[in-house]
Amino acid sequence: MRLPAILDRKACAAFFVVLIFLFLLVPNARSQGQAVKPDSIGRAISPDSLSPDLYPQAATRVEAIDTPNDAGESISISWKKSIDDYDGGKVKVYRIYRAEVVNGQPGEFKEVGDIPAGHDKYSFQDGNTVDGVEYFYKVLAVNQLRENNIATWEAVSETLPFGPIKSSAQWFDWRRINAFIGVIILSFFIIYFIQQAKSGKELFIRKIAGMEAVDEAVGRATEMGKKIYYVPGLSDMDNMQTIASINILGRVAELSATYETYLEVPVCRSMVMITAKEVVKEAYSKAGRPDTFQEDQVHYLTDDQFGYAAGIDGMVVREKPATIFYMGTFYAESLILAETGNSIGAIQIAGTAMPSQLPFFVAACDYTLIGEELFAASAYLSKEPKLIGSVKGQDIGKGIMLAAIVIGIILETFNIWNFSRLFSVID
Amino acid sequence: MRREIPLIITGIVGVGFVIQYFIPHAPFSYMSDWFSDWFSIVGACAIVLGALNLMKMSAQKVIRKKKDWGYALVIIASFLLIVIIGLSEGKDFRVPGTRFDWLYNYMYIPLSATMFAILAFFVASASYRAFRARNFEATLLLVAAFFVMLGRVPVGDVLSGFMPEGWRLSDLASWVMNYPQSAGQRAIMIGIGLGIVSTSLRVILGIERSHIGGGK
Repeated sequence: MRLPAILDRKACAAFFVVLIFLFLLVPNARSQGQAVKPDSIGRAISPDSLSPDLYPQAATRVEAIDTPNDAGESISISWKKSIDDYDGGKVKVYRIYRAEVVNGQPGEFKEVGDIPAGHDKYSFQDGNTVDGVEYFYKVLAVNQLRENNIATWEAVSETLPFGPIKSSAQWFDWRRINAFIGVIILSFFIIYFIQQAKSGKELFIRKIAGMEAVDEAVGRATEMGKKIYYVPGLSDMDNMQTIASINILGRVAELSATYETYLEVPVCRSMVMITAKEVVKEAYSKAGRPDTFQEDQVHYLTDDQFGYAAGIDGMVVREKPATIFYMGTFYAESLILAETGNSIGAIQIAGTAMPSQLPFFVAACDYTLIGEELFAASAYLSKEPKLIGSVKGQDIGKGIMLAAIVIGIILETFNIWNFSRLFSVID
Repeated sequence: MRREIPLIITGIVGVGFVIQYFIPHAPFSYMSDWFSDWFSIVGACAIVLGALNLMKMSAQKVIRKKKDWGYALVIIASFLLIVIIGLSEGKDFRVPGTRFDWLYNYMYIPLSATMFAILAFFVASASYRAFRARNFEATLLLVAAFFVMLGRVPVGDVLSGFMPEGWRLSDLASWVMNYPQSAGQRAIMIGIGLGIVSTSLRVILGIERSHIGGGK
């Protein structure tokens, strides 16, 4: 297949210039259409019996905008504090009132929230609006005396109503533009190298010792006439580590079918059992040994973490498999499993993207796939150019990250530019 | 078509999920919740298959008197006991004081705690192997671990009390954990993030097919 035109050298350069330009725009990305009205004028609405000295000055510069980058149903209100808002000042609390528009004018105002005084900046998010409905807002500066948690009197000054304003959902979350650009760059390189691999270009990826040892591990089990255990971890099929593990299982199952070595897969999630069963069955067919596949090879133990660990430990101690694979998500049970396997002298290959469990696997297993290697392992084992190409793209992504880290260290250390803000991620 | 349809569904849903992260507008804003609900529904249905598989395997072992069939009998008995008692309690089976609650508190929790406690012994044996000073890296690990472990217990500060503030063992342990350890862990996390994107893209584009039982 011919490479797309955007992969031309000049086009690539233009592509990156545009991306860098967008990247630089990140900090300036703000919601458009924000309307600011002139300062509002405060007026008192408290009973006449109170001394005029008790009335605080109203807040000023009330602004209300449709909350940017959201799914709608929210309006953000901000205001400048009253001049009586200081430590020991008259303003104790600010109350936010909202009214729907009736004949172009504010209708009845109702309180939507309050914020205690004592801050430099004030903002409030009204998250109970109806999209498309127009509202007016006003802010009340309140002085009050409270006894036994009950206000005995209140002196209130309010701003002029601000509006009309309506909420709406946005079509792009501009706070995530950096993640968007990052995904595009990474995807671009991965697809580029997949295309390169498809066109026949030889791509080099470094050796993964753990994957080089898969043949040896399966061969050892064959020679010893013992089983191979494959433990796909604790997570369900919604976890990427489990998907990566199932991909590796397919390759290991194919190999064990070729060597006619019994592969047992104890799982702790029903959906993983169904998927793994299908994958192993297919691998046996691919290896030309569909008759040797047994339904019970992949079996369910329990959803419980330590019940699962106890079950596998019992099976390992009783049946003494020659080879054990631990691939996927593991928590505290990682060392319990790996040490038991180690105690019976099994050759163990582990792989996980759980950083806190990696030291345990490194200490107790013969080979460990560290983080990203777990995701590259399936491609590595398959030797398929397309898959290898994607791993190469992943490596380029790592190179970009490395360059960004070096640039960031220099810029941040010498306080030249706040480089790290480009990488801030909103959850 | 047996493979193409799952691949098409995977591709569409995969792209949809990537898009929904950047678009807060409906219907994308609901996608995550919808699929999460559906996953829970499918998972709840699938658990029956898991339980049936466990019972079938165990029953076969017992009936055919296979090796270690006694353990299978324990599985069947335990399974039936908890299911029957749970069902007999009705909808209030989790209320404190019920028989199910008793089984949970006095059998299940102690058994889980026992398994977790075994970890302490495994940590000791694994540490012994890992910390043997066989080469430069292992020696470095041994030295770092020695100071970190000592710095994390009060005796560490007692032993290094003569040192100036900021140079005691607890400070050294914190430094190792906050800087070299964090840096290493973050490097791994970056690699994992890239690996997830790469694998996701392979799955979405239909290049990686082994999870649906197919190679090429």
